[in-house]
Amino acid sequence: MGRSRLSAWLVTLPPFAWIALFLFVPYCLLFCYSFWSLDANQQVLHHATFANYLHLATTPLYLTVILRSMRIAFSVVLLSLAIGYPLACFLVFQAGKYRQMLYQAVIIPLWISYLVRAYAWKVIFGNEGVMNTLLQWCHATSHPLGFLLYSPFAVIVTLTHIYAPFVVLPVVASLEKIPPELLESSSDLGANAWQTFARVILPLSLPGVLSGATFAFLLSFGDFLAPLLLGGPSSVMIANIVANLFGADYNWPLGAAVAVLILAMVLTILTLTQKLERRWRAA
Amino acid sequence: MSSFLRLEGVGKRFGEHTVLESISLDVEQGEFLTLLGESGSGKTTLLRILAGFEEPTSGRVLLDDQRLDALPAHRRPIHTVFQSYALFPHMNVFNNVAYGLRVRGCPRGEMTSRVQEALAKVRMDRFATHFPRQISGGQKQRVALARALVNRPRLLLLDEPLSALDANLRVEMQRELKLLQREVGITFIFVTHDQSEALAISDRVVLLHHGKVEQCGSPRTIYSTPRTPYAASFLGKSNLITGTVRQGVADCGAFSVPANLPDGPVTFSLRPECIVPATEATGEHLVPFAAEVVAEQFHGADSLLTLRCAGMELSARVAALHNGGGFAFRAHDLVPLEQE
Amino acid sequence: MRAGRTFATAYASLAYGFLYLPIVVLVVYSFNRDGVGGFPPQHWTLDWYRTLFADSAMWTAVGNSAIVAFSTVVLSMLIGFPAAYALDRYAFPGKGAFQRLVLLPLIVPGVITGISLLLLTVSSGFHLSLVTVILGHSTALTAVATTEIFAGLAKLDRSLEEASADLGASRLQTLVRIILPGLRTSLLGTALLIFTLSMDEIAVTFFLIGRENTLPLEIWSRLRRGATPEMNAIATLIFLFSVVTIFLSQWLMTRGQTGTSFVQEGITT
Repeated sequence: MGRSRLSAWLVTLPPFAWIALFLFVPYCLLFCYSFWSLDANQQVLHHATFANYLHLATTPLYLTVILRSMRIAFSVVLLSLAIGYPLACFLVFQAGKYRQMLYQAVIIPLWISYLVRAYAWKVIFGNEGVMNTLLQWCHATSHPLGFLLYSPFAVIVTLTHIYAPFVVLPVVASLEKIPPELLESSSDLGANAWQTFARVILPLSLPGVLSGATFAFLLSFGDFLAPLLLGGPSSVMIANIVANLFGADYNWPLGAAVAVLILAMVLTILTLTQKLERRWRAA
Repeated sequence: MSSFLRLEGVGKRFGEHTVLESISLDVEQGEFLTLLGESGSGKTTLLRILAGFEEPTSGRVLLDDQRLDALPAHRRPIHTVFQSYALFPHMNVFNNVAYGLRVRGCPRGEMTSRVQEALAKVRMDRFATHFPRQISGGQKQRVALARALVNRPRLLLLDEPLSALDANLRVEMQRELKLLQREVGITFIFVTHDQSEALAISDRVVLLHHGKVEQCGSPRTIYSTPRTPYAASFLGKSNLITGTVRQGVADCGAFSVPANLPDGPVTFSLRPECIVPATEATGEHLVPFAAEVVAEQFHGADSLLTLRCAGMELSARVAALHNGGGFAFRAHDLVPLEQE
Repeated sequence: MRAGRTFATAYASLAYGFLYLPIVVLVVYSFNRDGVGGFPPQHWTLDWYRTLFADSAMWTAVGNSAIVAFSTVVLSMLIGFPAAYALDRYAFPGKGAFQRLVLLPLIVPGVITGISLLLLTVSSGFHLSLVTVILGHSTALTAVATTEIFAGLAKLDRSLEEASADLGASRLQTLVRIILPGLRTSLLGTALLIFTLSMDEIAVTFFLIGRENTLPLEIWSRLRRGATPEMNAIATLIFLFSVVTIFLSQWLMTRGQTGTSFVQEGITT
């Protein structure tokens, strides 16, 4: 018995050690930094203070950016669901023998570089870009539409494009789990197609919807590339604030405080949705 | 005279594979009809055609002289109890049972009373707020029944509903099902592969084999006078005895029996329980024969003996241990079968 | 229902169009002489590809990315496998917390993982270089490795391992002879996935990069200075590379019948 106990330790130790050193310790450091501050010479004062958090609480900029980030993330989720949910239904119920192939077709974009996809939207939305030249060519507009690029619109469309597959996949998984007899039974008892959808399919697909929505929301919320590439000054998101504080706006303690705040928000949302999902799944 | 449910030449083909070949059947109102057969016999397909989940490739189905097969499943006055019960996991028992009424816009007051009545009938009224995952298999089955019956269908289809239950529960549910059917007076069409179940509960049994009706009749009739070797061996155990008829006498090797049949080869069916020790045999036209007991299986209430005589082996079911001597059966227990 | 069906197909086509439009645009315009201006594209040319191939800075970055990616795959799998094994097979105090900690980088913004590792590096007096990048990628992508391998382990037929033990094999022997072969295609698929994700990683890399650039960061710095149509060319090449990789990976996964394709599942377990 001692033998297997030993081998168990040998197995768990390396990952444990790695996680402790490269995840746990850094997060602790982050936490510590958030309580420190900078002195006049831009040196870090290892002196515990709530100054950073106070600054965050009292400066409206941060709340604005956080709310904006949540708004953008929420829009991404709604748009992704609008595109992704019907697509998932199509895959599971209508695709027939093409299902495997079409399912792969949803996954392929995920493997293509984020940068490539974001850049592509920049090409499409630019003043000289595809969208504008197409519209002008059709005489739908007479000059380039400015709002297409460097705006929340561009950020939302790009993020939807990137994260929509993350919504489709879990919805497909939960739709596939519905036993076909339930659908037959509903039909047998007199429900037409729409009633079966509303009363049986939709409720049973909600765990998957929640899971996908959560993932898409949290990833969009913390995204910093899309706003940097395609967003204007009006679409700066909270991750950009952090990046700047660790870059040009050099204030690591303050940046750490914002990071801790983001971390707390992400964990809270995740816990809440997991609880909710567990309750729904059990039904 | 028009019958309640009529199937005329119903056939079903999946590509090259023919599952059902021209089934014609008349079902009477209020009867408990069982479709009996092995897997692959087409019984489930036939049920699904009646329910509306499959379309027949030929033939038609008439309910009260109206084309049933023209209606989509959700508009047929027919409900199904599925093998897996198919209870909606996200609704409690009450809402499951109320489903059919709800989707058809039944007013709330009437719906509540009808659901409660249906639940009381299957003795599940105390479980109204439970969820499917909280109740046992037998209880789920009763809820599935209530869910179908509450809508007062003209016809109830049951797809092997008892096959997932263990033996004791099965027997009990068979009894309950029979009583329930008598009580509500609705026509039940029951599908099973278990011949003893079919014999126990049906008013009439339709034996299906390779997509065709092998034999149809009351349990007693098809058991005591099977028409084909398949029917004889599928329904209970049977001894298949071959012989040759010459001038009104069938010669089967170990014995000869007078038979009013044309000359030529013949196959008979003889039920094991018809063979008794010669010393206990009573009745007319006894056919005695000598045989050696080569094996014996004690089954509690009786024993199954394997007899060998004149080159053939017979099974006999006797009530008590015999004490040597010959065996006998009554001539009319020997049922001639149609050749296949 | 007929109408419903065509509506559904039309909607699905639009959805796929949305998913693939940007890529099609890029590929088309990479052959366009006038870069991104003008519609419809005229003057087909391979010039941009020629420029790309002559661009040595870009290829150095590709080389760096490849080094980082290979190292990341090795490290992530080496850590992820025992982590997945422990999560699947053992019960120990703090298991729930451990699991959540391992999977955290999946859901936490890459920025945060990046800066926390930056703090670690600076606090311990090390310099930023490709090594720190490798460490960063490995930490973030171990979560992916753990999730995928965990899913693979869960799908294994336990009775095979029991039979192996019954026939006298030690735990280690069972691991090598029964478990690893059973996971073979899952492991290959996971390796490919991690490789691809590492090649494309930006958020974490941003904060841990030293003097040598990885491919995404090289492209990124070019974009800041102003895009050239050469970007379309490299983007198309990356796209082709990704497609090949994914087909390879899915082919491997389906051969091994280990199913799960996504990190997504890890969040919900």
